[in-house]
Amino acid sequence: MIAVPEKPKTVYFFGTCLIDLFYPSAGLAGMELLRREGLRVVFPPNQSCCGQPARNCGFREEARAVARRQIRSFPNPWPIVVPSGSCAGMMREHYAELFAGEPDADEAAAFSERVYELTWFLVHVCKVKLVDRGEPVTVTFHGSCHSQREMGVRDEPKALLRELDQVTFVDLQRPAECCGFGGTFSVRLPEISAAMVADKVADIETSGADEVVSGDCGCLMNIAGAMEKAGVSIRARHIAEFILERCHERA
Amino acid sequence: MNNARSAILARLRATPQGMLPALPEWRTDVPSAERLDRFCTLLEASHAEVVTSASQRWPALLAERLKARGNTGAIGPVLYAPGTAHGRQLAEAWADQPDFPLVAYDRPVEELKETLVHGVGAAVTGTMGGIAETGSLILWPTRDEPRLMSLLPPLHIALVDAGALYGTLTEAMIACDWAAGMPTNALLISGPSKTADIEQTLAYGVHGPKELMVIVLDP
Amino acid sequence: MNAPDPAATTASPPHASFAARAHVALADDGLRRKFRRAMDGLMTKRAAQFADTEAWASLRARGAAIRRRALARLPELLEQLEANCRKNGITVHWAETSAEADGIIEGILTRHGVRTIIKGKSMVSEEIHLNHFLGEHGIGAIESDLGEFVIQLAKETPSHIIMPCIHKSKEDVASLFEAKIDGQPYTEDVDVLTATARRVLREQFAAADAGLSGVNFAVAETGTLCLVENEGNGRLSTTLPPLHVAVMGIEKVVEQLEDVPPLLSLLTRSATGQTITTYVNFISGPRKTDEQDGPREVHLVLLDNGRSRIHGDLQLRETLACIRCGACMNHCPVYTRVGGHAYDAVYPGPIGKILTPQIEGLGKAGDLAHASSLCGACGEVCPVAIPIPDLLVRLRREASHAIPSSSVMGAGAQHSAVEDWIWRGWRWMYATPLFYRLATRMLRLIGNRLPASLPMLRDWTRVRAKPQFAPRSLHDLARDRGYHDE
Repeated sequence: MIAVPEKPKTVYFFGTCLIDLFYPSAGLAGMELLRREGLRVVFPPNQSCCGQPARNCGFREEARAVARRQIRSFPNPWPIVVPSGSCAGMMREHYAELFAGEPDADEAAAFSERVYELTWFLVHVCKVKLVDRGEPVTVTFHGSCHSQREMGVRDEPKALLRELDQVTFVDLQRPAECCGFGGTFSVRLPEISAAMVADKVADIETSGADEVVSGDCGCLMNIAGAMEKAGVSIRARHIAEFILERCHERA
Repeated sequence: MNNARSAILARLRATPQGMLPALPEWRTDVPSAERLDRFCTLLEASHAEVVTSASQRWPALLAERLKARGNTGAIGPVLYAPGTAHGRQLAEAWADQPDFPLVAYDRPVEELKETLVHGVGAAVTGTMGGIAETGSLILWPTRDEPRLMSLLPPLHIALVDAGALYGTLTEAMIACDWAAGMPTNALLISGPSKTADIEQTLAYGVHGPKELMVIVLDP
Repeated sequence: MNAPDPAATTASPPHASFAARAHVALADDGLRRKFRRAMDGLMTKRAAQFADTEAWASLRARGAAIRRRALARLPELLEQLEANCRKNGITVHWAETSAEADGIIEGILTRHGVRTIIKGKSMVSEEIHLNHFLGEHGIGAIESDLGEFVIQLAKETPSHIIMPCIHKSKEDVASLFEAKIDGQPYTEDVDVLTATARRVLREQFAAADAGLSGVNFAVAETGTLCLVENEGNGRLSTTLPPLHVAVMGIEKVVEQLEDVPPLLSLLTRSATGQTITTYVNFISGPRKTDEQDGPREVHLVLLDNGRSRIHGDLQLRETLACIRCGACMNHCPVYTRVGGHAYDAVYPGPIGKILTPQIEGLGKAGDLAHASSLCGACGEVCPVAIPIPDLLVRLRREASHAIPSSSVMGAGAQHSAVEDWIWRGWRWMYATPLFYRLATRMLRLIGNRLPASLPMLRDWTRVRAKPQFAPRSLHDLARDRGYHDE
């Protein structure tokens, strides 16, 4: 269980490499939501990737070098908010093992303790109150494996969605099941990954949702890509974008 | 063989012992007042038939129960343990009832194999008690009451003393000091023999008894 | 015939990569439906057992500590087990390899003139390919667990460690029984099929010269072998024949009798969602002189087969904590899609992915370590908290790096200079802010024009649309909107 910190004045934002290249609007939305909670949000320009791809493939030294760059890029003792449970899980749960025996192991541990997943931070630290200004819509949520199992983020995104008056939240039949992305897994074993995402898409379709949102862009790239290819017209986007649009931009 | 032993042990000893964690506290319990109820409920949920009887009356009750199934001949001879108190009680009570002939398990299996495998329809055994948490019978087969009695016949009838219900297996192990001396074969039975190997469909009696009747003796 | 062909082998399918075997499995819709249905049922039942999360956490902590203690004290516990088994009249044998274990068992059986053994379920006997070995020496081995009996009739291997014929439908079993068992008409009635197996196997039990079983837990304190089962075939195999041979991996020992209740509770609830199995046997020796039944001799074979090597690495040692409940496979999204046979291993699923490469070597089975999306479901449900995803990552590292101090068999077997360079380049790009900016700018310029036929994109786009690079990066947008200011 992650202890809930006091609401700070300033937070760091770690955008993730995938969002940087493919889904910048999800990152902006995340920062905007935090800013609207009265926080100063700082996006350090020297950040890049949490190091998870290399770590998961067994390339520790490479992962550590990249992780070390992140640690150096977030020097102040502010919380680091991440719009991805998977990257947050890497930085919170795996840096200790990655830096074991290294001279900067303590620094890495202190960094890890400051890492929070976005929806968790909005719910527990900001105690965000959402006012829905959007049209009625039915929405389902896909939680990434690492957000659920490493960061313990299970109810928070759903709680946010349930707070929206015009949003009907419907849960998936198998909310805890992997969508088949798994980073390099989807490339190494594409057929199994394809079977998994096909089942996930079927689950989303069965839910009756008009839109699926998620807290992780890796899963979204996989799920949205599969839905597009299969001609399934269900919109998929990051939960931060969804909330921002409904609560603020439509105003 | 000795080479393998010393090589394996040497390899294991050559490595660091590693963490030796303390055993964290762990306790489960079923309060005394709830034990009998839980024990019976779980056994029934496991497809066993549970009946309660006064200690003196169970042979008569058992005969009634068996007769109530109709077609008494179909059950076949009943295996019993003549060297036990409950075995003698059964033999005396059933001495003049013709429906269920008794077969004594009083010699080595080798001399009785054909009968045991094909010739008996039920067996009556005692137990060392029961475990409420899991709905289990505790059997410590003895010279007088051998192991196969609770295994080969299609119907196993087990007597359990309501006063010998333990909350948990751990409690039974400690109360009876199992560690001081284990029998050849201690056994927990928690229902009739079953399998779900074919399409997860439950089927009973695949190898052991298809039916288990538990008679709770409540004086 | 009335019984399975004792010489039927459990030979492996021809060697191919995991990906190739998965390809075959994925094409079988029926197989996927069967596994999905079975795994869904097992997950639901397990979840109901552990609905009280606090009770689950404390039981699991206890179980995990019991197993870690046993592994830390393994050499002394094995000696204590051996001494107490001896005291109880059990003969103890040690085998370093599968071949040695096979030889020991064959030797015991031959000395007693045994022609047929009846077997309770034992994964270790699968690991050492005992049936095949005994068959070659003229000794028939008959599987008596219903699932094992079915796959022996079909001349297949188990596809799950707890439910070996989970890949077969009742129609499959009906056809198989009709074809292989005399006088058996085709029926899909599971009760009738089960009764048939009882009838056939009862005769085998009565005739067998010896019984063989596995061991779920061996108690050092009392020299007791615990056997957990529902069918009663384990009891029969270890009671009716005059000779009982038990075979276990050396890691199965626990310190004391009181360790059994929590492990038992974790095992049965995790495996099949049962509060307890129908039978739990505590075997502590052969028939005493005044007893009427039970085997006259009991032998215990302790198998190493790479376990002492695994034990030597404190991280990988975690693998040996396993109590073989199968929950990791029941919850594995990969296993659910491809089934057990795609692993071409005695132990499939997540535990197999970490165990098999360590026993058989990374050269032969290293690709299993990659057969995971690292979703973490296995580690989450493991009743003794084995960090399976972390061990998968460790084995991936061992496979791709020839680390001189490594004790893992086949370390570096999958080393690829190309992969090294890819990660070196990746590191250069992501650890150097200037290069990161340049590289991402270039990717955004040309990325969307890359043809979908490129190797990585080809696989991705077979079932998915091509991801689109955004015209401006988050870095750019964040700077524009003033988020860079410290």
